[in-house]
Amino acid sequence: MKKLSNGQPHSISELTKGTELTRQAVTKHLRVLESVGIVNGVKSGRESLYQFDPTPLNQARGYLDRVSEQWDQTLGRLKKFVEE
Amino acid sequence: MQNEIVKTIELKAPIARVWKALSDHKEFGQWFCLDIKEPFKVGQTTKAILTYPGYEGLLWEVHIKEMQPENLFAFTWHPYAVDPKVDYSTEEPTLVEFKIEKTDYGTLLTVTESGFDKLPEHRRFEAFRMNDGGWAEQLQNIEKYVAKNNVTTK
Repeated sequence: MKKLSNGQPHSISELTKGTELTRQAVTKHLRVLESVGIVNGVKSGRESLYQFDPTPLNQARGYLDRVSEQWDQTLGRLKKFVEE
Repeated sequence: MQNEIVKTIELKAPIARVWKALSDHKEFGQWFCLDIKEPFKVGQTTKAILTYPGYEGLLWEVHIKEMQPENLFAFTWHPYAVDPKVDYSTEEPTLVEFKIEKTDYGTLLTVTESGFDKLPEHRRFEAFRMNDGGWAEQLQNIEKYVAKNNVTTK
């Protein structure tokens, strides 16, 4: 998952490397992630490459959460400003 | 959809200092990250230019509703109005209220933004394009998402 999060496409071999998972297990996980739409599989020659797609996750976040976060940052700046 | 956001923050500064930071347009611009040239006046519209990194040059516009010294500062605006191609003026604005009161330690500030229930549905999704949290945040999102949807990753 961490490897995918850099937004670059990765092959199954790359994703399996350095893990204790088998190639089959990684493939299975990728299929699940692909089925919920957060990973896209693309063909590159003989290989399948997998890429992380954050769009559904972004949309799953509440609008008000983002507005609320923005206020936290803004008020943090106000606090610093008046307490200096 | 939830109608309002309420934020409370304790400021270690006298109420007069906080009021100045809210009501003086130059001071307001400093912490709100705005280049703001005209003073706030009740019943009038104030325009400014955003200086916040990533959104520099965008227009910021509010309509001043209330200015009660050391008590209440309120305006209406269009939240997240950051797409220069979109005309937000047809949408119902939200109301932002800064209420301040004196405490033993300084000043208690309560910010309330209300009227979100009147926002068009598509605006909820617009905000997501502004995502500036980068991949670290996405990673946390994915962890939460995966946990919530019972996707096994081991």
